[in-house]
This record gives sequence, C-alpha cells and structure tokens, in this order.
Amino acid sequence: MAYTEEELKKELESKEYEYGFYTDIESDTLPKGISEDVVIAISRKKEEPAWMTEWRLESFRIWKEMTEPEWANIKYNKPDFQDISYYSAPNKKPKYDSLDEVDPELLETFKKLGIPLEEQKKLAGVAVDIVMDSVSVATTFKKTLAEKGIIFCSISEAIKEHPELVQKYLGSVVPRKDNFYAALNSAVFSDGSFCYIPKGVRCPMELSTYFRINQAGTGQFERTLVVADEGSYVSYLEGCTAPSRDENQLHAAVVELIALDDAEIKYSTVQNWFPGDKEGHGGVYNFVTKRGLCERNAKISWTQVETGSAITWKYPSCILKGDNSIGEFYSIAVTNNHQQADTGTKMIHLGKNTRSTIISKGISAGKSQNSYRGLVQVNSRATNARNFSQCDSLLMGNECGAHTFPYIEVKNQTAQIEHEATTSKIGEDQIFYCNQRGIDTEKAIALIVNGFSKEVLNKLPMEFAVEAQKLLEISLEGSVG
Amino acid sequence: MLKIKNLHAGVENKKILKGINLEVNPGEVHAIMGPNGSGKSTLASVIAGREDFEVTRGKILFEGEDLEDLAPEERAHNGIFLSFQYPVEIPGVTVTNFIKTAINETRKARGEEDMPANQMLKLIREKAELLEIDRKFFSRSLNEGFSGGEKKRNEIFQMAMLQPKLAILDETDSGLDIDALRIVANGVNKLRSRDNAVVVITHYQRLLEYIIPDFVHVMHDGKIVKSGTKELALELEEKGYDWVKQEAVL
Repeated sequence: MAYTEEELKKELESKEYEYGFYTDIESDTLPKGISEDVVIAISRKKEEPAWMTEWRLESFRIWKEMTEPEWANIKYNKPDFQDISYYSAPNKKPKYDSLDEVDPELLETFKKLGIPLEEQKKLAGVAVDIVMDSVSVATTFKKTLAEKGIIFCSISEAIKEHPELVQKYLGSVVPRKDNFYAALNSAVFSDGSFCYIPKGVRCPMELSTYFRINQAGTGQFERTLVVADEGSYVSYLEGCTAPSRDENQLHAAVVELIALDDAEIKYSTVQNWFPGDKEGHGGVYNFVTKRGLCERNAKISWTQVETGSAITWKYPSCILKGDNSIGEFYSIAVTNNHQQADTGTKMIHLGKNTRSTIISKGISAGKSQNSYRGLVQVNSRATNARNFSQCDSLLMGNECGAHTFPYIEVKNQTAQIEHEATTSKIGEDQIFYCNQRGIDTEKAIALIVNGFSKEVLNKLPMEFAVEAQKLLEISLEGSVG
Repeated sequence: MLKIKNLHAGVENKKILKGINLEVNPGEVHAIMGPNGSGKSTLASVIAGREDFEVTRGKILFEGEDLEDLAPEERAHNGIFLSFQYPVEIPGVTVTNFIKTAINETRKARGEEDMPANQMLKLIREKAELLEIDRKFFSRSLNEGFSGGEKKRNEIFQMAMLQPKLAILDETDSGLDIDALRIVANGVNKLRSRDNAVVVITHYQRLLEYIIPDFVHVMHDGKIVKSGTKELALELEEKGYDWVKQEAVL
C-alpha cells in the first residue's frame, strides 16, 4: 500500500501518543493548551472508539486553519486557547461541607427562586448527606423511557453504546467546519447529552427534571444530539434557573437536533450563567452553536430565556429541508450591567410550504448591549415559504443599547416575509402609575417586563415558565434606581 | 383627612403651585376647577407623590401624617388614590393581573395576606356590574388600545376595587361621552361614604351635574382664588374663567 506523505505523517504522529503521552496523564486535569496530543488524550480518557478519536482529530485540524470570527456586535478580550485546560474529570468531591460556607448572596437567590434545599446543596457544590430523592426519581424516569425505547444518556455513553446512531448524526447538522467554535467543540467536547426517540413514540415526559439533576458538573464544551425519528415527539429542557458559578470562562457548546419526517422537537433553554460582577469583571463567554434539521412535515421549536453570561453569542436555527416543515424561535434575552448579547436565529427555507416564526424579546438594562441578529433565507426551491418575525426591545435607563440586525434573503417569488420591530422604554409614567396603585418600583418593573415577555414565557412548559418569570425579576433587580 | 398648608411646588426653575391651602374632611366632595395651566393636575400629582415635582414650601398632611417622606406607593397604601388624566398602557399585563397585584401589594404593605382568589373574583364581578364593564375587558392588556371612555372607566374600576379613603379624579370627564360620563359618575356616587372623600378636578361644570360637590374651588396661576359651594360652578360656567382671572388680578 502506497502511503501519501500526508498519511504517513499522520500515522507517525498518532503513534507517538500511543506510547508517549497517554501514560503521563493520570491526573484528573489535562495540562493547559491544545494540540493533537491533547485531543487524543481526551478521547482516550473517555475510552472512545478509534472513529471518534479520528473525528475529533479532523475537527482539530479544521479548527487550526480557522480564525476567530469578529462580526458580532460584542467587545471582549479573545480567549487564549493555549491557556485553557480542555479536560477535567467530573469533580466528585464536594466543595463545601455545609450550606453555611456558601456565599450568602447565592443562597438568597436560591431562596427567591424557590429551589428545594437538597437541590440548593447540589447546585452550590455542598456535600449531600443522604441519597438524594432525585437519584431514585432519575432511575424511575430511566425505566419509563426505556420501556418506550427512548435512549437518553450522556453523549459519551452513546458513543460507546449506540455508535451507529452517533456516527450517522453527529456533525450532520452542525458540520465540524461550520464555524470556529463548532470546530473547537468537535475536537475537545467533554460531555453532553444524547437523546433518541424511536419512530412514532411520544416521549411521555419533559426531558427536564432528569437533565437538570445531571446538569451540575457538565463541562465547558458540551455536545448535545437529539434525534426524533419519524412521527415522534419530544420536549427537551436545558439549563437551570439557578445561577451557575463556573470558573470556566469560555463555554462553546454545540446542540444538534434532527427531526425526521412528521417528528416534532421542542427545545427550551433557560440560561443563567455568571454574568460577571456589576463592574463587568469576570463572567462566562457563551458561544454556542445550536441548529436543527427538519425533514418532511417536521417541526422544531426553540424557546430560550437568557439572563446570564457576560457575553452571549448564539443563534438557534432551523434548516427547513423537508416540505411543509415548521421552524419556530421564541427568545427572551435579558442583559444588565455590562452584559453583552448578540443572539437571534436563522431560518433556512429549503422545502416547499415551509413556515417559520420568530419572536424575539430583548430587555436591556444598566450599561448592557443587546442585539438581535436573524437571517431568514428562502431558497429557489422553497415555493410558498412563509416567515413572520417580530423583534421587540425594551430599554431600561439611558446607558444601555438595543440593536436589531435582520437579514432577509429571498430567492423564490412566492415567499411571504413579514418583519415587525419595536423599541420601547420603561417609562417613568408607567412606574409612577404602578406606584400610585401601591406597587413599588421593583415589583412594577417585574410586572412590566413579564408583560413584555409574555408571548415567549407562554411557550415554555408550565413549571419552567414560573421559574423563568422569577428569574427575570431577579436579573433586573436594582436596575432602575 | 387632607390638609394642605401653603403648598409651593414646581419643576426646575418653574413655580407652578404658589401657596395652596385646602382642607378635605371625610364624607366631603370637593371640586377643583380652573383654566388650563392653572396647576390643577400638578396639585393632584404632588399629593400622589410624583417625583418630577419639587415641593419648595408648605405641607401636605394626610390623616395627620406629613406626606413629605412617603413614597408614592406608601401614600397609596395609606389610602390615597389618583385617577389619571392620561392612564398609561402596560402591554401584556391584563387588567385582572394588574388589579390583583395592586390589591395584594397594598395588603402586603398593611401586613395582610393575599386576597383569596374567590374573594377577588367576587369583588371583580361586583364592581364590573356597578360600572357596566364587560367580562372580556378583564383579559385585555392594561389600557392598550382602550378608547378614552374605557380608560377612564378602568380607572374608576380600580378605585372601586382598592376602596381608597381619598380619591382624586383628575379630569376623569375628559374624553367621555354622555353615557360613559353617567356610568362613571354613578360609580363614584355609589362608592361615596361618610368615611371617604373625593376631590374632583375638572375643567367643565358638566361632571358636577352628576357628582354633586359640597365645595367648589377655583384655581388660577397656582393658587385657589375662589371657594364656594356648588353654585360657584354654575356661576363660573356662565361667566367663564376670565371672570376669576380678572378678580384675581384685582
């Protein structure tokens, strides 16, 4: 067999790791920096099959050739990719022995959100003395799901247990070369979730509680893959209203949804990562790629409530490939203090009679900047495509900004596109009116903001909506003096 | 109940109220009339505690308590209600949700529990009937797309729900047709008691045919220049505001 020089080089390189590198890293955390060695080491740590290692390596090679994008309406110091540790084994050791040691401010927030005590402990990283209720709940869930043939596990487990599904779908919606952060994630993703709903099965529960319990300790490069087979339905909840304090500054997740013919996926996110302090120090950079593919008659709905992170950069999108498929995007993005958000969606209409709806609500307070960026693309084959977009911005105070960047590309004359945008300000008149009725200013703002966000909050599953509503109130506390 | 002593107030560099004296007792209805720009609405806003206006001299006492250090919501909790001349819109907040919040926040401030839902519902039904308000109205966003009449009726509905000790109606008659005027006035009359008081601010005598005042005050250039009984309103209607203006100059 004749090797090309490239192949030879590759093999030589990979051989080195087999003998040299792996044994050195028994510790739980990899040394800082990224290289092919590190990528291979991660794959080994996770005991992945060779195809996965190769997939990661290829991603890394792609990533190396890419440059960090700069088009977003945000300002930040670019991360030093050699100064990040790309793998850290899930830390099982509790950070604290009792709740008394936890930051009181954090506990206060938990209390306001009404999070049960045991869960508070878990979220704050406190040792839990007895077996948590949730563990048994999780087991019950797993059993119910298994009876329906639903696979719901970590992506690492799926790579080992269901390689045929992972191999078929991983990177099929968000290709490795899609963008800088997607390529990076593909190379080094630490863990995440995998979900498969078999043909015709309606998932009997929100895949939420389970996920939420397992949320603590997921890494900074998460990878989620949801496959809804023909005629199936699933509602998936991601995130948590509780504030997540994380030392990892850069979060670059990738979420891929695949809705086969007649399937429906509802994906809801509540994100409340550490936004940095009032002066804008610290905080998480949240650079996420989320995309769904709809086959014939399929439907994907993204609903998100974003209140956290110093910088949010994400565009949950739908590729409406199949005829009659539907894409929806409902979003509330709150920015306060020095937070920056550049978020929106892409609706790519490929099939006939495809429909999409975009409702985006941006709330800016303090010195924050909040941008909506959305693309509606109708390709030449997409006869009778329809889109309705509505982008509303609410400003609080005089130092924040709201921006709307709608992009519309239409290549089929039968398309119907509607775009509406409004910007309003919480007026002193409104506040005084509420005050006069006995409602204090904090409560008045909460009332006005909830009214503004109602269309989106209504799209969230009931239980989540209540929490999200409280979260909005807390995020904006003290933003109007 | 309400005692205003030599009240001076204004906005930056502009004096609007220049020495108001007024006393309102429980059970009384006072009408404050006067031409545009005489300071009627400013007086209402200052009593309610609007921060755009600065009180430079004088005092407002409500049930013996100086209002100076009380925030607008605290004044509301104490029983002061202002029916706005221009009620504001709050998109996405229903009439029901708004009044529920207002009632419960007031109860909370008084150290009471939230009003039970069935009691609230009963109260809403009762007041809706009194003011001839259609049920559908309650699921609409507060004041959004309301006609002038609907806005004012909603103000009086809120007043009926909150049962204040002192209600100040700022130009409640403006934008009302004759039927709506009658309904609103009827509502106000039914809510009158020996324990509460009403201050009606109006430009025209028309409303006073329905809400009969015990006292009428005429404002001009930030002062009450004439006070009298309901006959004063009629005289004013006949002679016009120029009459008071001239008298004030003399």
